[in-house]
Amino acid sequence: MTTHHVQFVPGSEFKRRAAAVVADPFLRKSFRGAMDFLMMKRAAQFPDPELLERQRTLAEHIRRYSLSRLPELLERLEANLQKNGVQVHWAETPDEANAIILDICRRHDAKLMVKGKSMVSEEVELNHAMAAAGVDALESDMGEYIVQLAGEKPSHIIMPAIHKTKQQIAELFAEKVPGVAYTDDVDALIQIGRQVLRRKFMEAEVGLSGVNFAVAETGTLCLVENEGNGRMCTTVPDVHIAITGIEKVVEKLEHVVPLFGLLTRSATGQAISTYFNVITGPRKPGEKDGPREMHLVLVDNGRSQAYADEQLRQTLQCIRCGACMNHCPVYTRIGGHAYGTTYPGPIGKIVSPHMLGLGATHVLPGASTLCGACGEVCPVKIPIPDLLIRLREEATHEAKPGHAPLAGQGAGKTALAALAFKGFAFLYGRPALYRAFAWAATRFRFLTPGSQAGWTKSRTPLKPAAKSLRELLAERRNARN
Amino acid sequence: MERDYSAAGRPGDVYFFATCLVDLFCPEAGLDAIQLLEREGIRVHFPEDQTCCGQPAYTSGYADEARQVARVQLGLFPNDWPVIVPSGSCAGMMRHHYPKLFAEEPALRAQAEALSERVFELTEFFVKVLKVNWKGSGRPTKVALHTSCSARREMGTHLHARELLGRLGNVELLNHSHESECCGFGGTFAVRQPDISAAMAGDKADALKETGADAFLSADGGCLMNIDGTLAKRRDGFRGQHLASFLWRNTERSEGDAA
Repeated sequence: MTTHHVQFVPGSEFKRRAAAVVADPFLRKSFRGAMDFLMMKRAAQFPDPELLERQRTLAEHIRRYSLSRLPELLERLEANLQKNGVQVHWAETPDEANAIILDICRRHDAKLMVKGKSMVSEEVELNHAMAAAGVDALESDMGEYIVQLAGEKPSHIIMPAIHKTKQQIAELFAEKVPGVAYTDDVDALIQIGRQVLRRKFMEAEVGLSGVNFAVAETGTLCLVENEGNGRMCTTVPDVHIAITGIEKVVEKLEHVVPLFGLLTRSATGQAISTYFNVITGPRKPGEKDGPREMHLVLVDNGRSQAYADEQLRQTLQCIRCGACMNHCPVYTRIGGHAYGTTYPGPIGKIVSPHMLGLGATHVLPGASTLCGACGEVCPVKIPIPDLLIRLREEATHEAKPGHAPLAGQGAGKTALAALAFKGFAFLYGRPALYRAFAWAATRFRFLTPGSQAGWTKSRTPLKPAAKSLRELLAERRNARN
Repeated sequence: MERDYSAAGRPGDVYFFATCLVDLFCPEAGLDAIQLLEREGIRVHFPEDQTCCGQPAYTSGYADEARQVARVQLGLFPNDWPVIVPSGSCAGMMRHHYPKLFAEEPALRAQAEALSERVFELTEFFVKVLKVNWKGSGRPTKVALHTSCSARREMGTHLHARELLGRLGNVELLNHSHESECCGFGGTFAVRQPDISAAMAGDKADALKETGADAFLSADGGCLMNIDGTLAKRRDGFRGQHLASFLWRNTERSEGDAA
């Protein structure tokens, strides 16, 4: 087995990349426009705030209930899938997931895999692993196809190519798709993609898809999509491999309905997606279509770490709608690539530390103003700001006694920050000392440095007032007496 | 949930928690807030031992240090009076996060919970408890309002400030684009991620200025320093002021106001 290491961008790179996007007026305008559009579309789907609140509460309860019984539900899911003729595989790491999928491909002598959109396959970097083993993994979701042609990664979990303009896509197609002349007509571009992909669906030995909801009671996999490529990937090739995270399981089909309704509305502002695939196993005797063999790969990749802690477990409530990134003022400024992780935006900041360790990701939880827009729109009420604070704590401290350390625990600790907060607590925890400090800070305000780290890059320096409020109050008292 | 102080008539005494930013960087706003309260016939008590709510350490993941600071504030308000805070985010810290911060220390937790019910953001107190009915004074003016995110999402204070300003008559409140969006302050975020923060602050400053208002107002010291500092660096004539200062200079009590 070839060892494959998932790529990430270290913290220092995050800052550099973010700065580059922020300085690019074209990208700034493009992200702003796209996010404004998505926010408007979502808002139009939720005209009644009280109804939305009830729906979010229901969805939150369904996800919390499912997670509270996760081990049992996963076992039932496995048993019922097997009853339906689906082979179930468990992968703890990305390498294991890739090895399982490669093994299936080899058994079928597969040269070509067509893929429906799957963020878990991005998370394990399946395409790289397949390419290294001689299997051509082709993305069939239009956005993913564009990103793959460009040799990039998705910049958004729902709209992978949101960072690209139609002109850029037109140039890309003209350059990379044989026999295609430049056109920036969107319909024509989509037709080009469809024609390329249509042939590939027929040629591919293996189809791969993600899963939005896995239903334990019935052994059913639900797949939400808009382009029909998901249905093609899961029905045309002889072998269908589904890949998903272990948190995607719910108990009953009826639990899917409220989640599905919130997923599409929150994600793209659609009341319902164009396609909703309910998959209950491979082709049965007498049936004329569908795959002859079907597999599900259940991936852990750090989810167990989040699961083990009651608060961090809430991270796993996520149904991957992307609303948190659409509403995030930081994501809107820097786009998805700057994060360097498979999942960008607020959800990426709280889930990536479990997948990649805090060593690689400790900067991310800190790169938020805690404005709360993400938590406000989250359809399953993940308290993202609280989890960001929690991860900031874990990133800068040793594990508490009796608590298992997280991967990379304490990796973001710096002597300077620790000292600064010790100093903060020392000063503001001692009223008399603080009063002396305030007296001195106002008297010696002329000593205030003109350059104050990052603050004065774009602002005038912070300078204490000539007199503190308590001094003004004391003067007022004296004047009255 | 906050206590209903208006049930038994108007409170005669309140505590004032100025916040560290107001005490040191915009003390005039604190004084103006106190004068507004006094104008309503309320005795304002300023505990001399107050320092900071502890939020900078709390949001940075330094819970122990935040507790050390918060613990000092917990003991400052012995009487059962409302605690008025001229900042939505600091009020939010005391109302919503203090009980969590002391979750594992039962005695302090009880104290934090009792305090949390008594904490009010300044404009919230004027609208919900005092039910003031001020009218505008002085020349007509146009303003834009920025509400801090924690104030908006934890305290709903954007509604209170709007309500106060909306009734003044000679004050026109103009809406800016992306009004609910963060200004990019975020405490230590502004220093840790200066490029992203600057982009957000710049966009907010632009949006506020584009309304054509004479000035922008904010009831949060952090946002105010962030946006106003950005405008000052640009040497822009358009600037901001604390909502309390604006209200002190531009309002007066109406005939029908409760005593």
